[in-house]
Amino acid sequence: METHQAKRVAIIIEKPVRGRLTDALDEAGVTGYSILPVIGGSGRSGKWSSDESIGLAGGMVQVICIVRPERIQDLLDNVFRLVERHIGVITISDCEVVRAERF
Amino acid sequence: MDNFFALALDNLASPLILAFILGLGAALARSDLTFPEAAAKALSIYLLFAIGFKGGVSVTEHGVDAGLLLTLLIGVALSALIPFIAFGLLQIMTRLDRTNAAAVAAHYGSISIVTFVAGTSVLESQGIAAEGYMVAVAAAMEAPAILSALWLVSRNGSTRMDARLWREILLNGSIVLLVGAFVIGLITGPDGMSEIEGLMSAPFKGALCLFLLDMGLIAGRGLRQSRGLLTFGLVAFGVIMPMIGAVLGAGAALLLGLSTGGTLLLMVLSASASYIAVPAAMRVAVPEADPGIYLTMSLGVTFPFNLTLGLPVYLAIAKLITGG
Repeated sequence: METHQAKRVAIIIEKPVRGRLTDALDEAGVTGYSILPVIGGSGRSGKWSSDESIGLAGGMVQVICIVRPERIQDLLDNVFRLVERHIGVITISDCEVVRAERF
Repeated sequence: MDNFFALALDNLASPLILAFILGLGAALARSDLTFPEAAAKALSIYLLFAIGFKGGVSVTEHGVDAGLLLTLLIGVALSALIPFIAFGLLQIMTRLDRTNAAAVAAHYGSISIVTFVAGTSVLESQGIAAEGYMVAVAAAMEAPAILSALWLVSRNGSTRMDARLWREILLNGSIVLLVGAFVIGLITGPDGMSEIEGLMSAPFKGALCLFLLDMGLIAGRGLRQSRGLLTFGLVAFGVIMPMIGAVLGAGAALLLGLSTGGTLLLMVLSASASYIAVPAAMRVAVPEADPGIYLTMSLGVTFPFNLTLGLPVYLAIAKLITGG
């Protein structure tokens, strides 16, 4: 089966900023993304767990999207403007997709 | 004085406070006891609806007077003013920078609805009535403090304050539910209450008990993880500031001529610190401020203080100044 090169961008971001992040992805022309709950973790602010926090402020989500390699720079420019001041992690990795026309 | 100690002891020995202490102790002792996030959310929806609905019904029973609008205005003014006092006090008592001090100050101007609910529960157990519209005052006092704090921050740096954030603050789930349930209570009145009284009244204290157990767990874990973050100055501020807020609330209640119950509730609203609406707003508008500081302060220091020692003190003062 033929596969196609793509980039997988995973952004872990604070819950209160989730809507703004997905808007930034929309503006960057990203046609699809998935949002996953993050149940806990540890970082510069110490350990945390979603069961131990109250309200939006203590929680994180992960937003994953897959784009064609030539679109990655626009996406990062748009996203980084938003997330640079917030707690979070952005990772980019190579991946392969079967249906290239969807990305 | 004897009366005050009896009241304080009653408060400490109530299932509500003991459930909170159980959660706090379990978390500090590193127990694996946790409260599922969805269950806590469901309980908070129930509590907010019940308290809003009961407030609305109470207003229809006792009628609307000019006091409602005036109390709303004073409540908004208190919420906007308290952050400036808190900010000044933080600059004297702690070494927080301007951004963190303003973020913490915003929490103290806004309110804790759970402390308010616990206050209404204390009033119920003492058989003391309060103005039903205090629920609406609680909702009105959530947001003005955020504006004051952002003004303080903007004098020194940038904030991300836009129309979208305002919509998120003013239409946050707690406010919509509280005000919505209040309006439903206002429209349906005692007839509406008789239809759903079984759910709105009898399970209320039990549900609050479980919710406070969860709050104890969250507060305890926050305290455990904030070791080294909380200085003596911050802890002292977390205890002194609610008392200053309570005194301001008492003065305002006296001017407004509120009942003993209404006075206690305005004191509680002025003394409590937010840990839901304001932290979310601060994360968007002032992401440079450390959430570890303001969440631990409001949830780990001020909330337990208000719940255990503050409430009986505020009630004693409210009784004293209103002759109740």
